Amino acid sequence: MRTNKNFFANIDWTLVIIYLLMLLFGWLNIYAANYDEGNFKLLTMSAEPGKQLFWMATSGIWISIILIIDGKFYTTFSYLIYAVMMLLLIGVVLFGKEIGGAKSWYALGSFSMQPSEFAKVGTLLALSKYLSQLSINLQEISNQIKAFAILILPIVLIMLQPDAGSAIVFASLFLVLYREGISGIYLAVVALTIALFIVTVKYDQKVAMLLVAGFSALFAYLLKKNKRPLKYALLTLVMSLGFVKSVDFLYSDILKQHQQNRIDLILGKIDDIHGVGYNLHQSKIAIGSGGFLGKGFLDGTQTKFNFVPEQSTDFIFCTIGEEWGFIGSTLTIVLFVLLLFRLVILAERQRSSFSRVYGYGVATILFCHFFINISMTIGLMPVIGIPLPFFSYGGSSLWGFSILLFIFVKLDAYRMEVLR
Amino acid sequence: MSRNKFAERRLFFYFLIGISSFFILLKLFGIQVLDDSYKLSADNNVIKALTLYPERGYIYDRNGTLLVTNQRAYDLMVTPRHVKGMDTLELCNIIAIDKAYFDKQFSRARKYSRHRASVFVKEIAKKTAAELQEKLYKFPGFYLQERTMREYPQHSAAHILGYVSQVPDYVLKKKNYYKKNDNYGMSGVENSYEKELRGTQGVQYLIRDVWNRSKGKFENGKYDSLAVNGKDLELSIDIQLQEYAEQLMLNKKGAIVAIEPATGEILTLVSSPFYDPNLLIGRSRSPNFNRMYKDQDKPLFDRSLLAEYPPGSTFKLLNALVGLQEEVIYSGTRFSCDEGWRFSAKLKVGCHAHRSPLNLVESITQSCNAYYCNTFRRIVEKYPTAAEGYDNWRNHILSFGLGNFLNNDLYNGRKGRVPSVEFYNKQYGERRWKAPTVISLAIGQDALVVSPIQMANMCAAIANRGHYYTPHIVRKIAGEFLNDSTYTSPKYTSVDKKHFNKVIDGMERVFTSKHGTAKTARLKGIEVCGKTGTAENPHGDDHSIFIAFAPKDSPQIAIAVYVENGGWGSTWAAPIASLMIEKYLTGKVSNTKQEAFILNGNLMTPENEN
Repeated sequence: MRTNKNFFANIDWTLVIIYLLMLLFGWLNIYAANYDEGNFKLLTMSAEPGKQLFWMATSGIWISIILIIDGKFYTTFSYLIYAVMMLLLIGVVLFGKEIGGAKSWYALGSFSMQPSEFAKVGTLLALSKYLSQLSINLQEISNQIKAFAILILPIVLIMLQPDAGSAIVFASLFLVLYREGISGIYLAVVALTIALFIVTVKYDQKVAMLLVAGFSALFAYLLKKNKRPLKYALLTLVMSLGFVKSVDFLYSDILKQHQQNRIDLILGKIDDIHGVGYNLHQSKIAIGSGGFLGKGFLDGTQTKFNFVPEQSTDFIFCTIGEEWGFIGSTLTIVLFVLLLFRLVILAERQRSSFSRVYGYGVATILFCHFFINISMTIGLMPVIGIPLPFFSYGGSSLWGFSILLFIFVKLDAYRMEVLR
Repeated sequence: MSRNKFAERRLFFYFLIGISSFFILLKLFGIQVLDDSYKLSADNNVIKALTLYPERGYIYDRNGTLLVTNQRAYDLMVTPRHVKGMDTLELCNIIAIDKAYFDKQFSRARKYSRHRASVFVKEIAKKTAAELQEKLYKFPGFYLQERTMREYPQHSAAHILGYVSQVPDYVLKKKNYYKKNDNYGMSGVENSYEKELRGTQGVQYLIRDVWNRSKGKFENGKYDSLAVNGKDLELSIDIQLQEYAEQLMLNKKGAIVAIEPATGEILTLVSSPFYDPNLLIGRSRSPNFNRMYKDQDKPLFDRSLLAEYPPGSTFKLLNALVGLQEEVIYSGTRFSCDEGWRFSAKLKVGCHAHRSPLNLVESITQSCNAYYCNTFRRIVEKYPTAAEGYDNWRNHILSFGLGNFLNNDLYNGRKGRVPSVEFYNKQYGERRWKAPTVISLAIGQDALVVSPIQMANMCAAIANRGHYYTPHIVRKIAGEFLNDSTYTSPKYTSVDKKHFNKVIDGMERVFTSKHGTAKTARLKGIEVCGKTGTAENPHGDDHSIFIAFAPKDSPQIAIAVYVENGGWGSTWAAPIASLMIEKYLTGKVSNTKQEAFILNGNLMTPENEN
């Protein structure tokens, strides 16, 4: 076993540079969103840009600690960290501070901490640990159930807060299981479910059922051609029809009014720019008015004058779109695509299953945040309140994402020392 | 065991990341590059045009007494989105509204916009607003916006001045200048001189944040403009005379119009019943307006300009003048009167008992009906056909300003009616009527109707011996005398100046002769010329009419008085005219007994009748 006392040896500088660029660009936009002529206190701890500098500096401390700690630490203590995180999630439901109808935050003096941001790390570590056991074969149902259980526990706890956005992020880790060998049928079922839901809500049951019938017939034809049993087509038909029947209940009785509104807005069923559609409308105005080149740094009127809500946290992309235009938006997206591609490439080169699963997990979580967050600001997805990694203002999320990413940087740097 | 046999599944991840990013970029390209509408929406969000309201012009009377001024009032504005956790009841109590009204206004504001401010309660008086301002911090989402409201320190001349209100929708649609909630002169001088009074609005483009806080001027004020205040008006009316006239007309229905013959300036324009113009300002305007609108005595109806009455015997003056001009009579012509004029057993115009026959002067003094039936017949029958003769007579009458709009600067008016040949052709058939058929025109009846202001103008034309100036209500605009030839050039009648003296002598003797119909209204030391009239009223008691001017040789005032249901012209209208003339010319009243009789007189419909 080789040891290397230089903490920075073997780390992937591409990831680090993209990370630093995102942090810098994100901070500039937080500064712009808070900018107000005559206010000179932006860089103090009383304003968001000042606080974010503090979060960036402290993230640096976390990163240093992560790089110093031996890579074995994470594999060894995965379950313990997971257990601690689950306790924190239970604790927040019991003792958390209620903000906007959800108990997602611990109040610590003047600071607040959102445990779900850190629980992502814990859950991913536990999943990696479980899937890296040599005896695990994901074709077996019992193993699948155990893997699902690791994901479902935090999802249930988070739904108790409730925080649908974070729950979706945890659920996205399911994609990692696909990479590790779970059947593609699961993906197909999920995709079909989402599609049927959209069609049923947007049009009505009859249209959805017609579609199901047509789809099942096609499926049956394919099965017959390949001389496979037709029972799969029948199963699909029955389950799909059952789901379509239950969409009304799901939509009306499970989803809350504001969630229904957000879905209706995206599907174009309601158009109320002064009421429930206000946020989305203002968000699109801000981004759309940026044009090709943008209005220029600090010259955005929509975000600066607070027309866009949550403009430095969940809607930070509005400031990017308005002040930096299509060029700046594209740059942001390119940075994310580079980061995600790089993560997949690095995950694939890992020698240990643990590191590979973890790498895919990081990529999946970051992708989920990136796609949902930007899509909601431009009206591709319903509004789901989750931050844009490394851009949005917020200590918990910046710490959480930095830790998440740099554990992988450490695992990657450490990969040559892992015995296969 | 390695699960790297699933390594090809990494392609799915590349695909997912790639396709998602592609759709995001496509959508961004759409809203940022292709669609321009978002830029406009962004400007609409932040650039707020702040209207700079000019001060509406003041209005004075001919002696410089202030009649109309401005007072500060406040609109309570609300932005529904910012309203939260407040004591609704407390707000209701301060501004004196009930909970139901609050809820109604609030839901209306919400319907308009949750994010934009709209008027919650209009025109709150200064005192209430001051009280509210102190407590406004308790009511998030509400704020006060200053506006101006009219104020009438003299409490009179409501019909002349008119009222100001929020610009109505039909004006908004027609005229670009106005925006919702702007002030607009709805009637009277406020309306006819709206353009002069209102001034010109300025505009300031400001950058505003979402809470409507100013963030400075847009492009350093490049597109801003200043407000130009409205012009002050000086009216031709004498407010003291106006107020005196209103006192005299208290509890009577009718009108008084007084004109300065030498200029056509209207000195007094009273329609009774009248009201305090202060009733039509602020929040009480709407209930007061509705109450008066429903009042059976129609206080909102301006009788001085809109009422059309038969001129009655006062019209004999014109027939005398036309007779002289047409040389069908001369001053010495006498006609006999046997308690009236008889044409046939069916057609007869009665007259009161008097000495007969009378000459021209005496016929005026004693208002003989037969004299004018004969005169009218001669005028019409001078021509081969009745139609020609009648048309000739009619043209003379029209030259005194009757039967047509005077083209003045008043907000309202009526043409009145001097029936045309066609009118009678339609009524009786062509060539089926003659002078006797329409003989009532001789004594100012039949289908002839005139408005009180036309009567006063007719009187002024007689006072001037053959010309008049178009009556008008405004004397000066922003300190400058009116310089419009409509008002400064005389309009001549078709009767020559030389014919007037005998008629005017008769008018003088209406007061001075022991047979004069208005001898009880005689004034010491002032040569007043007048003529009584009684208009037949099919709906009730006759209307009492009087026209007069004074002094005889240098007329300073010509006046027409109508008192509805007042009976004889001599009973109510003549004394009122006399009192007015003396008040105007000398500033005092000598016949206090007569004054008291008029002031206490009540001719109004009793409440329980109807």
